[in-house]
Amino acid sequence: MTAELTPKGRVLVVDDDASLAEMLTIVLRQEGFESRVCARGDLAMEAFWEFRPDLVLLDLMLPGKDGIDVCREIREESGVPIVMLTAKGDTVDVVVGLESGADDYVVKPFKAKELVARIRARVRRLDAPTHEALTIGDLSIDVAGHSVTRGDLSVNLTPLEFDLLLCLARKPWQVFTREVLLEQVWGYRHAADTRLVNVHVQRLRSKVEHDPENPEIVVTVRGVGYKAGSS
Amino acid sequence: MAADPTLAGAVRRGLTFWRRSIQARVVASTVLLAAVVVAAVGWLLVQQTQEGLLENRVDAVVAEAANETADASTQLAQVPGTDNDAGTQLRDLYEPIEDRGAARGFAVVLAGPAGSGVPLTNGSRSTPGLDVTSVPESLQEHFSGPAEPAWTYASIRAAELPAISEGPGIVVGSQVKLPANGETYTLYYLFSLDEDAETLTLVTRALLTAAGLLLVLVAGLTWLVTRQVVTPVRLARRVAERLAAGELQERLRVSGEDDLARLAMSFNQMASNLQKQIRQLEELSRVQRRFVSDVSHELRTPLTTVRMAGDVLHDARRDFDPATARAAELLQKELDRFETLLADLLEISRFDAGAAQLDIDNVDLVDVARRVVDITRALADQRGVAVLVRAPRHPCLAEADVRRVERIVRNLVTNAIDHAESRDVVIRVEADESAAAIAVRDYGVGLGPGESAMVFNRFWRADPARARTSGGTGLGLSISLEDTHLHGGWLQAWGRPGAGAQFRLTLPRRAGGLLRQSPIPLVPSDSEVPSGSVVPSDSAVPSDSEERV
Repeated sequence: MTAELTPKGRVLVVDDDASLAEMLTIVLRQEGFESRVCARGDLAMEAFWEFRPDLVLLDLMLPGKDGIDVCREIREESGVPIVMLTAKGDTVDVVVGLESGADDYVVKPFKAKELVARIRARVRRLDAPTHEALTIGDLSIDVAGHSVTRGDLSVNLTPLEFDLLLCLARKPWQVFTREVLLEQVWGYRHAADTRLVNVHVQRLRSKVEHDPENPEIVVTVRGVGYKAGSS
Repeated sequence: MAADPTLAGAVRRGLTFWRRSIQARVVASTVLLAAVVVAAVGWLLVQQTQEGLLENRVDAVVAEAANETADASTQLAQVPGTDNDAGTQLRDLYEPIEDRGAARGFAVVLAGPAGSGVPLTNGSRSTPGLDVTSVPESLQEHFSGPAEPAWTYASIRAAELPAISEGPGIVVGSQVKLPANGETYTLYYLFSLDEDAETLTLVTRALLTAAGLLLVLVAGLTWLVTRQVVTPVRLARRVAERLAAGELQERLRVSGEDDLARLAMSFNQMASNLQKQIRQLEELSRVQRRFVSDVSHELRTPLTTVRMAGDVLHDARRDFDPATARAAELLQKELDRFETLLADLLEISRFDAGAAQLDIDNVDLVDVARRVVDITRALADQRGVAVLVRAPRHPCLAEADVRRVERIVRNLVTNAIDHAESRDVVIRVEADESAAAIAVRDYGVGLGPGESAMVFNRFWRADPARARTSGGTGLGLSISLEDTHLHGGWLQAWGRPGAGAQFRLTLPRRAGGLLRQSPIPLVPSDSEVPSGSVVPSDSAVPSDSEERV
C-alpha cells in the first residue's frame, strides 16, 4: 500500500461509486498521497478511526448514512480537513454541507488537477511550522502550537478556521476581500464561490466572538470584505 | 374647469359608479325605454279619446242643428200665407231658436239672404255677446249660395258683456227658405266644446299619473331583479379575485337550483379543476426538478471518473505512440465539450422547471464588462480580435445576480469574437435613471433578415453548413435569454449581412422594475457601414473613456 517512501498525507475517500473511488486512489497515489476507500456512510467513522487520515474526501450521497451526517460526526470528533464531493451545484446543498463542517467542496465533474490543488491547499500546513505569536482582539495565537487561547481558556478551532484567523491576524491593518481570502486560505487561483468564506466566517465567529451578532474579532467591512478587529 | 374640486370629484365618482354598476345602467335604460313606450301609448290614448269625444259631439250637434232647422222650417210653413212680412217671419224664425240655444248652451247667428253679399257683421241677428266673426269665412263662403248643411271647427269668441263662454267649438250651418220673400237665409249654430276639453284634460291627467306610477314601478322592479342577479355576480367576482390571488381553496356558496346556483356550481367546478390542474403542474414541476437533480448526480459521477481517467491518460501521452497520444488529446478536448454541454443542459432544465433563482446584489456593468474581457482574452488573442470597452467614468449599477449577468455578457462576447472575423468587438455600457444596458457589437458576418429573433433558439445555427469553431454548445444564447427574463430585462439582437451584429442586454436598475427604454439604441449608430469596410474610426462613437484590450 505505501509504495511511496514519504507519503505527503493520508486521504480517506468516502464514496460509494467503486470506479470513481478507484480512480481517485490512482490519482492520489500519483500525487504522493496514501489513500483508503470507504463505500458506506455508516462505516465511515470506523474507517476514520482506523486510518487516521489527514484529509477526508466525502461524497454527499452515500448508502447507509448521509454524507452531511458523516461530516457532522467527524467534525464533532476532529478538526481534520473535509472536502465534499458534490454532484449538485445548487445553493442549498453546498451551504448545508459547509455548515455541517466541511472546509471546501468540489463539484462533479472535476478535473484531477483541481481536486489535487484543493487537497494540497488543505494539507500544506503540515510542512511549514514557524515560530510566531500573534494576538487578535483578546485572543492570542500560537502559530507553531496551532492553538488559540483567550486568557487561560483554549479555543478549539479546526485547521481551516485557524488558518482563516491567522490570515486576518497577521495583517490587522488590511481589509481582506473574500476573493483574497479564498486565494490565501483555500488556495484558489481563480475566483470561486464566495459563500465558502461567508459560511466559515460565521462558524469562526460562533467560536471566537463574545457575541457573534456583534463581532469584534472578525469584523465585516461592508461592501469590501473582512478584517481583524482592533484590540 | 377646476373651479370646484368637490364637484369635479363628485362627477368623477358618479361616472365611475355608472361605469362599474350594471344595476344603475340596467335600471336607467329600462326606465328610459319604459318612459318612451308609456309616452307613446299615452299619446295614442289621448288622441283616440279626443277623436271619439269629438266624433260623438259632432254627430250630436249636427243632429241638433238639423232638428232646430227642421222645426223652424215647419213652423214657417204653418204660418198662413197672408202674413208675408219678411221681417216678422224672420223674427218668428230666429227668436225661438235663440231662446232654446240660451237654454241648451249654444249660440245662433242668422245671416242675411244668401247671395246678397251682406257681411255677417252687418244686418245679421245673433245671440247677444257673441262675436259673429267666430263663424269661419270658409263656412260663409260655402253658404254664399243655396247649399246643403255643413259644419266646421272654429274658435268661439265673445264680443261684449254678457259674455258667452269662449273657446273651441263647432259651427253648424243650414239654410231656411223664408216663405215671405222666397229668399234663403242661413242659420249658424255655434256649440262650445268646453265640456269635452275638460273631459280630455281629466283623462290626460289620469294617464300622466298612471304613467308616473308605472315608471316608478318599473324602476323598482328592475332594481329588485338586477339586485337579485348582480349580488351573486358580485360575490362571484370577489371569489374569482381571491382565486386569482392564489387562494385556490376559495369557493362560492350554492343555494337552490336556479340559474345562479348553477352558475355558482359551474364556477366551483372550474375552480376545482383549476386547483387540480395547478396541483398536477406543481407535482410535475417537482418531479421534473427531482429528475434534473437525479440526472445531474447520475451523469456527473461517471463523467468525473472518465474525466480523471482522461486526465491521467493526457498527462502520460508523451509515453504513447503518436496515434494513441493524439487519441488521448482528442478525448480530453471532447470531454471538455461534453462537460460544458452537460452543464448547459442542466442549466436549461433548471430554467424549464422554474427552479432558477436570483441572487440579487448591486452589480456594476462596467466591472462586469472588464472582467469578461479578462476572461475571454485568451480566445480573443487566438482569433486576433481586439475587444474594446466603451463606458462612462461613473459606474453603471443595476440590482442583479452578478453570476448570471457575467454569464450573459461572457456568452455575448464569446459569440461576438466567434463571428468577428478578426475585426474589433466593441462593448458599450450605459445607464440612465431606470435602466442599465450593455451592448456587444461586432463587425463580422452579421445576421440575415429574421435571424435576429432566431439566434436565441436552442441549438440554432446561422448556417448549418458552417462549422462550429469555438466549441459552443448552441445553448449559450438560450441560457442568456432565460437569465435575462429572470431579471425582468431585455436581450435583443440586431444584425445585417456583412455589417455585423449587435446584442444588447438591458436590465432594470431596481430589481422587479419595469423597463420602458434602453439607454443604448438597439441599432448601432454605425449601422450604415457598407459591407466590406472594416472598423469605424474610434471617434465615430462618442464615449467618455475607451481602453484597448
